[in-house]
Amino acid sequence: MSASKRGARVRNAHLVEVGMKIVTGAAAASVMLSAAGLLAYLLYRGLPSITWDFLTKAPRYGGIFPAIVGTFWLVAGTAAFAMPIGIAAGIYLSEYAPRGRRTRLIRLSIANMAGVPSIVYGLFGLAMFVMFFGFGVSVLSGSLTLACLTLPVIITTTEEALRQVPQDLRQASLALGATRWRTIRKVVLPAALPGIVTGAILGLSRAAGETAPVLFTAVFFSAPLPMSPLDKTMALPYHIYIMATQPNKPQPGIVWGSALVLVAGVTIINVVAALGRSRARRRVTW
Amino acid sequence: MSTGKLGAFELQEVSVAYGKETAIAGVSMSIEAHSVTALIGPSGCGKSTLLRCLNRMNDELGDVRVGGRILLDGEDIYSRDVDPVELRSRVGQVFQRPNPFPMSIYDNVAYGPRTLGTRSRAELDPLVEESLRRAALWDEVGKNLKKHAFELSGGQQQRLCIARALATAPEVLLMDEPASALDPISSQMIEDTIAVLSSSVTIVIVTHNMQQAARISDRTAFMLRESMDRPAGLVEVGDTRTMFTKPVDPRTEAYITGRFG
Amino acid sequence: MKGGGGRTGRARAVEAVVRAVMSASGWLAIVILTAIAAFLVVNAWPAITDPNVGLVRMLTGTSWYSTNAQPEFGFLPYIVASLRVTGVALAIAVPVGIGAAVYISEFAGRRVKEIGKSVIEFMAAIPSVVYGLVGVAVVGPAIKDALHLPSALTALSAGVVLAFMALPTIITISEDAMHAVPNDLRMGSLALGNTRWQTAYKVIVPAAGSGIFASVMLGLGRAIGETMVVLMVAGGTMNLTWSLTDSARPLTAVIASEMGEVVQGGMHYSVLFVIGLTLFVITFVANLAADLVLERQRRRWRR
Repeated sequence: MSASKRGARVRNAHLVEVGMKIVTGAAAASVMLSAAGLLAYLLYRGLPSITWDFLTKAPRYGGIFPAIVGTFWLVAGTAAFAMPIGIAAGIYLSEYAPRGRRTRLIRLSIANMAGVPSIVYGLFGLAMFVMFFGFGVSVLSGSLTLACLTLPVIITTTEEALRQVPQDLRQASLALGATRWRTIRKVVLPAALPGIVTGAILGLSRAAGETAPVLFTAVFFSAPLPMSPLDKTMALPYHIYIMATQPNKPQPGIVWGSALVLVAGVTIINVVAALGRSRARRRVTW
Repeated sequence: MSTGKLGAFELQEVSVAYGKETAIAGVSMSIEAHSVTALIGPSGCGKSTLLRCLNRMNDELGDVRVGGRILLDGEDIYSRDVDPVELRSRVGQVFQRPNPFPMSIYDNVAYGPRTLGTRSRAELDPLVEESLRRAALWDEVGKNLKKHAFELSGGQQQRLCIARALATAPEVLLMDEPASALDPISSQMIEDTIAVLSSSVTIVIVTHNMQQAARISDRTAFMLRESMDRPAGLVEVGDTRTMFTKPVDPRTEAYITGRFG
Repeated sequence: MKGGGGRTGRARAVEAVVRAVMSASGWLAIVILTAIAAFLVVNAWPAITDPNVGLVRMLTGTSWYSTNAQPEFGFLPYIVASLRVTGVALAIAVPVGIGAAVYISEFAGRRVKEIGKSVIEFMAAIPSVVYGLVGVAVVGPAIKDALHLPSALTALSAGVVLAFMALPTIITISEDAMHAVPNDLRMGSLALGNTRWQTAYKVIVPAAGSGIFASVMLGLGRAIGETMVVLMVAGGTMNLTWSLTDSARPLTAVIASEMGEVVQGGMHYSVLFVIGLTLFVITFVANLAADLVLERQRRRWRR
């Protein structure tokens, strides 16, 4: 190829690259800007409503306290069920499970569980916890349903965190005459703990924002504060949904304020968890 | 506890197979108590595999079958009565890359004894100090045992790993190329430490550094895998000085004189 | 023997118990998944086997008169509605998502990458009901004004909002797949005189192809399975049409809006479970496809 032809081709390629950089950059930028815009709009419409009264009073007085409390209890219940089982399963997959078809099957099931639509979890929760086990529409049923939804996330992030711990450490412990469980308990788990906790928190924050699974398993629009696990409850996401779809719109401030509280809560938890993870990550490897 | 020297191995026709493939076969040799035995040979000759048989760390690798007999002080370590977990407190291992736990120096060294049930500081403190002295590390870290292990240099970390392994008072110490990841000065310190330790512990060391083997070992075993369809085996074993000056097998001579490696 | 048989015996027992507990937890995942399928089938069974209803009629029937004396339960219109909304969502999210992933993976500097990833994590964490709210209050009316439509709540509006929910999934997984392509390949292509863009589309994207495909499958699963957004933004009218500017009532919205009013255990109740089962099967297949493709890629790279 002559030098001039080669030069022309290269110049062409550079032009195309600049073009594509712009195109793909625009795609990326539009996503970022939309997200930023969303946050900005949320703040704009919701911030004025965030007052102390708003957060601590009942709906009768224009507040959302019961919804916040309800969400809190649902998340607590979810954590109580999903964390022990999820972390144990994650430990199993990372430390004990043999390579082979059966383990593949377990992993496949977990991946599929993660993809099941949240409304289907709601149906499952209705059929199994509300009706079959007879817990009725309650915090308990809602928590159990949300726990099933959150389980795959916790299992996966736990396994990931354990994987990050270098194999050398396990070998060193075994070579010193420790059993596998002692190795996990004293060396592997402490090293992986930040990652595990972060993953659990992320999973739980997702559960906090879910509406569909609790629609028929836990919530009621104007329920009082739940006094026992068998009570119905309000929940923040459900509250937002109901108010947003009322034909006679209540003060928009309440809706946007609630949305902001929910998003702020979820975001703050995620940020704290991510910070905790990066701080603790430094100490495991050198 | 004992009057005689402990930590003598007797290997009889030892073979190791992973899945369908036999890695090493027909290895017979003896390892004297309180001596330094070097395993040398080119890459892939099975020396690390053989080493891992001596503390049954091979068991952790899955589908492994060990044939023949390995006797430690007269007892077959692969018999049903022997618990590999317990065996490993008697036969310690130091790895190629230093692998201290992400804990303080003290907790690293105390890990083994704590596993064995020693809990009180009154018992642990002297044990930790003695182990660090034997590993020639006490002078450098004795003043601050709370320091995190990762703050030590590579050479210091490896000596910490040696101290950690010594803390369970093993009869045997297995070392898999312990100095290969270290700078020459640290490497020399490790060699000096080995020389001193060998009067109280049996040491089996895998090394690809022939000069090192010649320097520190009492006996040397040369292993070789001649082709991919036959398992690796033991070519020659004997007194180090003799082997390096007048090897019996021509293959040993070829390796030692650097004709292949 | 040092250490004593007692300690070892106890340790062995503890080890066995722990192993059993961990193993049981691992298998629980399979148990729950099976339970979900089982409960769905059991509750859907009456409708499937009823001579007046039946699976075929439900999937292909076009009239939904649940409150009639002789109820009819054809939910083909709802299937079409789901497809319409998902179609819009993917039509937006796939090109934008892959484009953004290419930019982040191949062109962006480190700071932009980090900011980008944080922003995407933020997007992924926003609850669906908030997206629904924004759809109802902002996106819907904006589209209505821009295209002079009679209504703000249409398949198009819902699809646009759904795209936002699918984007983080597609971007993250595609970017991971591209990032996983060994740097040697990148270097080799650049050394041959290719620009970064040429490297991207000739080498990286094909190499990451299965990961990108998996991301689209998972994005599809998310879009089809999403409930709150379509419940709030798509309009909710039952109609059999492919028009994007009309209202839509996807499968998920049907379940969500009608479950509160049915008789527990009745035929209507059972039909809703059939819809749930349909959704379960669709997302199961999408996930399986994604997983198989990812597994094949993993094996290829293990060379």
